[in-house]
Amino acid sequence: MTTTGARVPFTVGHRTVTRVAGPLIIVDGMDGVGYGELVEIETGDGPVREGQVLELDRSLAVVQVFGGTAGIGRRETSVLTRGRAARTGVGTDYFGRVLDGAGRPRDNGPQPVPDDYRHVNGLPLNPITRAHPDQFIETGVSAIDGLTTLVRGQKLPIFSGAGLPANSLAARIAAQARVPGDDGEVVVIFAAMGVTRREAEFFRTEFLTGGAAARSVLLLNLADDPTIERLLTPRVALTMAEYLAFEQHRHVLVVMTDMTAYCEALREISAAREEMPGRRGYPGYMYTDLASLYERAGRVRGGAGSLTQLMILTMPDDDITHPIPDLTGYITEGQIVLSRELDRQGIQPPIDVLPSLSRLMNAGIGVGKTRDDHRGLADQLYACYARGREVRRLMSIVGESGLPTEDRCYLAFAAAFERTYLGQGPARRTLTETLDVGWQLLAPFPAAELKRVSAEQLAHYHHEASVTATDA
Amino acid sequence: MTTTRPRTEPVEPRRPGQARQVTTDSGRVVRISGPVVSATDLPHTRLFDVVRVGIEQLLGEVIKLDGDLVVMQVFEDTTGLQVGDPVVATGEPLYAELGPGLLGGILDGTQRPLTNLSTDGNLYIARGADPPRLDRDQRWDFRPVVEVGDRVGPGDLLGSVPEGRAVEHRILVPTGITGVVTAVHPGPATVVDPVVDIDGHPVAMMRRWPLRLARPVANRLPLTVPLITGQRVLDLLFPVARGGSAIIPGGFGTGKTVLEQALAKFSNADVVVYVGCGERGNELTEVLEEFPGVTDPRTGAPLMERTVLIANTSNMPVAAREASIYSGITIAEYYRDQGYDVAMMADSTSRWGEALREVSSRLEEMPAEDGYPAYLATRLAGFYERAGAVQCLGTPERTGSVTIVGAVSPAGGDFSEPITQNSLRLAGCFWALDTALSRQRHFPAVNWLRSFSQYGLDAWFDREIGPDWSPLRRWAAAALQDEGALQEVVSLLGVEALAAEQRITLRIGQALREDLLQQSSFDDLDASCPPQRLLAMLRVVHEAGAAMRSALQQGVAITDITAASVLAELGRMRRWPPDDIDDSAIHLTRRIAEEMSSL
Repeated sequence: MTTTGARVPFTVGHRTVTRVAGPLIIVDGMDGVGYGELVEIETGDGPVREGQVLELDRSLAVVQVFGGTAGIGRRETSVLTRGRAARTGVGTDYFGRVLDGAGRPRDNGPQPVPDDYRHVNGLPLNPITRAHPDQFIETGVSAIDGLTTLVRGQKLPIFSGAGLPANSLAARIAAQARVPGDDGEVVVIFAAMGVTRREAEFFRTEFLTGGAAARSVLLLNLADDPTIERLLTPRVALTMAEYLAFEQHRHVLVVMTDMTAYCEALREISAAREEMPGRRGYPGYMYTDLASLYERAGRVRGGAGSLTQLMILTMPDDDITHPIPDLTGYITEGQIVLSRELDRQGIQPPIDVLPSLSRLMNAGIGVGKTRDDHRGLADQLYACYARGREVRRLMSIVGESGLPTEDRCYLAFAAAFERTYLGQGPARRTLTETLDVGWQLLAPFPAAELKRVSAEQLAHYHHEASVTATDA
Repeated sequence: MTTTRPRTEPVEPRRPGQARQVTTDSGRVVRISGPVVSATDLPHTRLFDVVRVGIEQLLGEVIKLDGDLVVMQVFEDTTGLQVGDPVVATGEPLYAELGPGLLGGILDGTQRPLTNLSTDGNLYIARGADPPRLDRDQRWDFRPVVEVGDRVGPGDLLGSVPEGRAVEHRILVPTGITGVVTAVHPGPATVVDPVVDIDGHPVAMMRRWPLRLARPVANRLPLTVPLITGQRVLDLLFPVARGGSAIIPGGFGTGKTVLEQALAKFSNADVVVYVGCGERGNELTEVLEEFPGVTDPRTGAPLMERTVLIANTSNMPVAAREASIYSGITIAEYYRDQGYDVAMMADSTSRWGEALREVSSRLEEMPAEDGYPAYLATRLAGFYERAGAVQCLGTPERTGSVTIVGAVSPAGGDFSEPITQNSLRLAGCFWALDTALSRQRHFPAVNWLRSFSQYGLDAWFDREIGPDWSPLRRWAAAALQDEGALQEVVSLLGVEALAAEQRITLRIGQALREDLLQQSSFDDLDASCPPQRLLAMLRVVHEAGAAMRSALQQGVAITDITAASVLAELGRMRRWPPDDIDDSAIHLTRRIAEEMSSL
């Protein structure tokens, strides 16, 4: 019996909802439906809901229902198949619009006219068609431009804590990001998952007022919207972004917040499916799931566009080893970590540069891209600041008077670095300004102490000051 | 069970026009849960048989039999698959195709060439594609070494083809065949054309071998020769033997991938198999863009010509991730059998373990620690034990080795998790990457107090590099240990609390850490350090320590000694011009001694 190439004839069976558990329903008689496909659920009253097939077992299908399962009964509910996986419209008609978590308008505007439709899960980019990201993005924030440089096609998360200003930092980067010598506009697609109305209002103001509106899309899944739509929100955003970046050759920045809310939704579904829980109850496939989102960043060969991702996640209890930041850090190309201590001291933006990292920095900086001294200066500032922080810790034990003069110099540097380099406030700095501030901060050190920069760069940029450590 | 016995000896390459001699079974899908699909009506199917699932003929493999139910893992995305879709069993396990054309290739987890998976400008990986694993059209210039009438047995050399400039690809008699050469066909041939007839049976260049089965060898050999990695901290303190295995555990951002790539670039292996297992797409792109342009200093050929890349990025299907490790090790063994020293890099074995966990969880198996299946240790052992230095089968006599370097990504950077702990029992080298060191931008962030090497290679280094290697190595290890202990005192009481003698130990430790162990992968001169240069640098640091101690005995103040400007020169050792190392070392040693005595 050779059956290859033949699909069993489509039959419409009698469909019965046999079980409703949280966001899931189990339907009997689901012949002819494909794994991962969309279904429509009609309850007789109220709007038609959509659902996605999570598992098939003979005639039974496990369906996750977008829009919640309230009102779904075992009878009077019919389940219709659509014969296709979840799709979204893509195109420029979405610019300036506010959409819900599943990509439907929520701003009372007309239905957008998409250029085309795409499956929201996308397909993995073939590694051989990728181009390595190497174009420097100037964000105007010294801690990022100078020390954790962002490049086009990178995926860089902001590890935040409850109450830290990650959202305003993301908004600021989205508003200010530009590539020197390139006038190409950056399209911003913003996916908000599980945000409060107050945060939603902030993003609406940031992205949809002023000139940015013409090149922004805002997807809002509010904290009290159905949890399950949260799983769709980043996929819809990334599908729109992939179309614009890889087919329309635009530079797209996707900002996703808050990944913690996303992961909690993932856990909720996993628990409803009675799956074996992994660390802290999160499912064992969370790495794969997050990777299926984050890996959609990149550039492709022969294409002018790029898809850069900036995702915000709140570290529960500021714990960087929590599964969400941990798995994210293993997938993304670095991380920007916010510090509660700096925030308390009023240093804005409160970026803790020591645990922050950009893995693609080297590809985007240096001669011909930024400046020859960028790498060396970054390493030197980092080394001096790390030493200064170490001395500060020591000082809390032995007291300042117990410190050798040399150590006090580092102590003063650390304070000045936080005050001026990190704490730039709302002002925008060009890269040259950022680098110059860095060299000014290094002025108190004798050249021999600065081992991370080359002799030529020292001669060119280092203006040793006769300042002593006492002026701190 | 990690391996399965091949049904037939997997030695006969298929000849053109010859039909596949297997019985096929066809059944129906009854259950779909992500990559795990169950089917019925496949009565003849055995464990680890390859299946084709659905109308798109997705590639899969049988992983469990339960009554009538055949449970499979599918190596491609299963979206759209329906209950009732057809399943065809091929009756064969998953094979690697081995032959000329592997080097320079970029393959997915099941050895499909990625270049053939995205055609016509498509950026994404299409489903159900089944291109030949080895190019069937390319012709290779077969140069026989056997003549008609020669009696040959398994592993005997038949001839060779030049595969790039770096490696001569040796064609061996397949396992299980003994006989007399009845015809020889020299000259250009594809991998499936007959090149030699043995007892009248044509033998082509291509071999097929089941991924999960280790290839046979004549003898296993003791591990006495190091794989020179070019990384000072590894070669000096924790060398790995050719044929040994090493693991690199480290939290994110500690530099696992940079170190793996440095080893792939600079280690003195003949062939490198690099498996990017569940890692970032952009990192593979970096390798793809960089390797063709980097010249292997030993052969003068681009690095890519000695490298096979296997790529399963983190968004590619999870089941193929599980297979990618076996594809890699099988290819590595194949080159080992030709008499080469092969290094296999697996980045990261944790993603492989997680793939096992995901499939196991969908099979609803009883989980052991952290949700990993109870057979995790067995699977890891089955992989790491395929490393080894061997006497190859057949004539002429030759030896080869496979060295495995596996990166481990422990959750939360916590080394007590199951993959790290199980790998630790198997691997002979433990190169622990340290988050604290990486935050100090000390790279490679190998923690010298936690790491270890169980290979006794001092004798080789003393003989080949310099007789003072092992004494100096022990001195450096002890000095770092002492410094570590003193640093704990300093962090509590400050440096002033130490005696002058101890502050010299501290200064020597600093020189060892900053000027010797640190190494920049991004600096052309420093990225790889030959052992001769390493020894020269170590000697200078050792002499500098002695000079400091003698200055102290002469009554010089400790602050003057440790602040001596000449010590900053130690930081420039890594940038000494390669042809001038001995002179530079003598010169610097003399200057340090002079300045110390003039204080």
